[in-house]
Amino acid sequence: MTAGTSAAAAELARRRHSPLQRVQHLLHGYPFISPLLILVVTAAAFTIVNPRFANPASLSLLIQQTAVVACLAIGQTLIILTAGIDLAVGATVILAMMVMAKISVENGVPAPVALLIGVGLGAAAGLLNGFLVTRINLPPFIVTLGTLSIFTAVALLYSGSKSYQNNVLPDLLNWTSTGFSVGPFRLTVGVVIVVLLYLVMGYVLSQTRWGRHVYAVGDAPEAARLSGIPSKRILLSVYAVAGLIYGIGAWVLIGRAGAASPNAITNANLESITAVVIGGTSLFGGRGRLVGTLIGALIVQSFTVGLSLARVDQQYRILAVGILVIVAVAIDQWIRKVKA
Amino acid sequence: MQRSTTVHRSRSVRRALAFVAAGALVLGTAACGGDSGSDTTTPGASGTAGGGSGEAVGVSLITKDSTNPFFVAMQNGAKADAAKQNVDLTVASGAKDGDEQGQIQAIENAISAGDKGILITPNGPGVNDAIKRARDAGLLVIALDTPPDPADTVDITFATDNFKAGELIGQWAEKQLAGKKATIALLDLFNDKIVSVDYNRDQGFLTGMGIDTKDKTKNGDEDKTGTYTGGDYTIACNEPTQGSEDGGRTAMENCLTNSPDINVVYTINEPSAVGAYNALKAAGKEKDAIIVSVDGGCQGVKSVTDGVIGATAQQYPLKMATLGMEAIAKLARTGEKPKVTEGLDFFDTGVALVTDKKADGVESIDSAAASKICWG
Repeated sequence: MTAGTSAAAAELARRRHSPLQRVQHLLHGYPFISPLLILVVTAAAFTIVNPRFANPASLSLLIQQTAVVACLAIGQTLIILTAGIDLAVGATVILAMMVMAKISVENGVPAPVALLIGVGLGAAAGLLNGFLVTRINLPPFIVTLGTLSIFTAVALLYSGSKSYQNNVLPDLLNWTSTGFSVGPFRLTVGVVIVVLLYLVMGYVLSQTRWGRHVYAVGDAPEAARLSGIPSKRILLSVYAVAGLIYGIGAWVLIGRAGAASPNAITNANLESITAVVIGGTSLFGGRGRLVGTLIGALIVQSFTVGLSLARVDQQYRILAVGILVIVAVAIDQWIRKVKA
Repeated sequence: MQRSTTVHRSRSVRRALAFVAAGALVLGTAACGGDSGSDTTTPGASGTAGGGSGEAVGVSLITKDSTNPFFVAMQNGAKADAAKQNVDLTVASGAKDGDEQGQIQAIENAISAGDKGILITPNGPGVNDAIKRARDAGLLVIALDTPPDPADTVDITFATDNFKAGELIGQWAEKQLAGKKATIALLDLFNDKIVSVDYNRDQGFLTGMGIDTKDKTKNGDEDKTGTYTGGDYTIACNEPTQGSEDGGRTAMENCLTNSPDINVVYTINEPSAVGAYNALKAAGKEKDAIIVSVDGGCQGVKSVTDGVIGATAQQYPLKMATLGMEAIAKLARTGEKPKVTEGLDFFDTGVALVTDKKADGVESIDSAAASKICWG
């Protein structure tokens, strides 16, 4: 990679590599390969246990069930790429969801405006996190630990812990539940929105200057600063974009849950972090891909569906996901030791 | 009683501090100001209000969490009633359902605040020891909604007969089937924790259907196939929902994948029933299955009106809190202790079957009547 390395030396280095080291190199270059392998093996194993796992109807459900967490995990990936962490994901979603539901149902705000306000509020919540991280110089863990409580409390105070079912919500807010068929598969508008978000953010992260800056800031903040990247502004924008995505996630969740309810999502923080980590994004920042996160979210949900189809208790699913997280991070550590 | 005045003074100082802190937080986050003050405490009536007499009686209400509409209704009902009974009410809760540590702290706070009694919906056996300490300190401890295990950990429990609630919806479902083969989905609260509300409702439901449940304190040990009162049955699944809409939906989807012909859906509560209905609707099967549930919250009753839920068993959380406060006030003022309902080991606050499709031989009220007495 460095300019001074001669072709001969590179050739020599390559020949000295054992097959294992070559695998290590491959994984280093394409961090989503190992989660993809895990997903394929998992799916194959569950299909052998119960062939129903692989039929289009259950795969459709698997996709629908994964959509919300996969959506939130996009924002979480962005933040983890900058070596941060977001513990306020679920709280931001609940806040955005309750506000968009209440103002449209009780205050007669037109649905499109309510939706924009909800999504905008998500972005504003992210911006607040980003402000506290970049301007007050607090660690992301502490900031989002605090805003987790604040956003939750505000959402509950504002909504009075009331929930709004889809029969009172305006059609637009419930639109994400609209289903349609693609061949034998059954998808929803919510799934399409999440897929589009992956395509857009995947492009932005890999093809734009902003995306490269996000990686640079996460990999080595000091080096990034010295090379003229406005690190703080990039960080701030990462939190705002993540919040915006959580706001959209709130919309997708309303369709999925069939209601806007303060209890609609309980484990968003841990589930999104789990998806990111299993997807091969390094918690130390600067390394990882969105496609890995999507695969990570699919792996977790495959365990839920697969073990349920095998009529196995929930405890084993929790056990399996726990082991997976440790294995995924161990693989990540091993890959990082690669000799360039 | 010198002690109680000093306690009161220190309490009011602490209360003022709490108000300042809450106010600062609220200003900082631009929330609605009025609510947050009343959320932590409701000051007792100044002077003598109607109903109560003499000195205000300190009572702490400790719920499982402060988000579940059931507990929110209970808290609001108690706050509204505290002034009438001249009760100095402190409201606290666990951080979330299952948080024992948060409840232990709330119990300790009640003891040190000099309260006369505690109303608690215990989160689990982990709080038993703290309850014992409170009773040793002379407080009357009344469990609401859920009796602790063992039940004699507290002085008395004011609760819904959850087994009977399940039994009512089971009997109703049995009549609706009219002898057809029953393919049953059981959507429980948890399956990684054993809690009495979960197994009492689930096992009550099966008993109402006429299915032998074997151990009444264990979900899922009944035969997977056999006969109920009206004919043959199959139990398609026992899935956890966490009592939420999305949990109910995912659970129902997983059940339908294995058994597309499900025609009876038992749900632990109404939010999970709504989720289950949405899963059935997405699969185009909402007409094929009857959904039964327990709770009787206003939104649940509306779901009955809308035809989403076939029948629900309504419980009365406000009554639990109000009667509980009354009992503590009475003990403090007259020394009289509350008594259990005859034939039960707790005080039954009542349950009513709510349905718009009346079944012969099963007593019920319609959703219009239930909406007048619903909570939340």
